[in-house]
Amino acid sequence: MKPQSSCVTIQKEWDIVGARHVARDMAKTLGFGTVDQARIATAVSELARNIYLYANNDGQIYFDMINTIDGKGLSIIAVDSGPGISDIAEVMQDGFSTSGGLGAGLPGVKRLMDEFDIQSELGKGTKITAKKWVR
Amino acid sequence: MPIPILKLHNYLLISIQTEIDDITAIEFQEDLLDKIYKTGATGVVIDLTSVEIIDSFIAKVLGDVVAMSDLMGAKVVLTGIQPAVAMTLIDLGIHLQNIPTALDLEQGLIKLHQELGD
Ligand SMILES: Nc1ncnc2c1ncn2[C@@H]1O[C@H](COP(=O)(O)OP(=O)(O)OP(=O)(O)O)[C@@H](O)[C@H]1O
Ligand SMILES: [Mg+2]
Repeated sequence: MKPQSSCVTIQKEWDIVGARHVARDMAKTLGFGTVDQARIATAVSELARNIYLYANNDGQIYFDMINTIDGKGLSIIAVDSGPGISDIAEVMQDGFSTSGGLGAGLPGVKRLMDEFDIQSELGKGTKITAKKWVR
Repeated sequence: MPIPILKLHNYLLISIQTEIDDITAIEFQEDLLDKIYKTGATGVVIDLTSVEIIDSFIAKVLGDVVAMSDLMGAKVVLTGIQPAVAMTLIDLGIHLQNIPTALDLEQGLIKLHQELGD
């Protein structure tokens, strides 16, 4: 039996690669097609890199397989105890970046996944929940 | 492990076969510019057939590599982008609009030949 849930701690750069491997494996197990597998792995890569870059290497990504009467899917929760985000609307804009990046990460994750929620508190940290359903 | 860069006449050929992490991507960027400078290459084909994921960071590095190579006088063609990768790039809002692309390595070389006339 493949594990129904998993957690990757993001501390070093290579953990970003580790997180996307876990994402792809779980997506494959759940029966997602190749395009959705790539979407999920890409979304996880973005969330993991944001933790690595902005949250002082202090965060985790939790993966949970969902299997209910509502359907099958994958839940991804990225939590960190970094500085938090002061203006959520701002960081959700395409092209907004404080690091000279493309600013494509967070708005991209929202489009790559089916459900997206972001909660953040200054000085406490950030929690991003995203879900994708098997069609 | 560094990404190997092969020289063929005036061209440099790169086939990315391993999972690219951020450090490998940055090192590749430096290696390629260095190699263009040392060999005077006029064209570069970067084949992405084996690449299963391009996120915003890797996309930025690839875009930068194309722009920087251009400044140095070498034209870059990206080849072999998988359908799933193309779709995720669009979701990310990354369109790679001004970057020449081709279906595979062979088509990429043909494209360079046509555009550079050598
Ligand atoms: N976990 C986080 N904690 C604190 N700030 C964050 C976090 N994630 C993102 N941010 C802030 O939100 C901004 C936008 O993030 P987003 O991922 O969309 O773009 P980026 O990381 O700047 O560039 P890209 O992801 O395209 O390489 C970041 O520049 C950063 O300031
Ligand atoms: Mg980002």
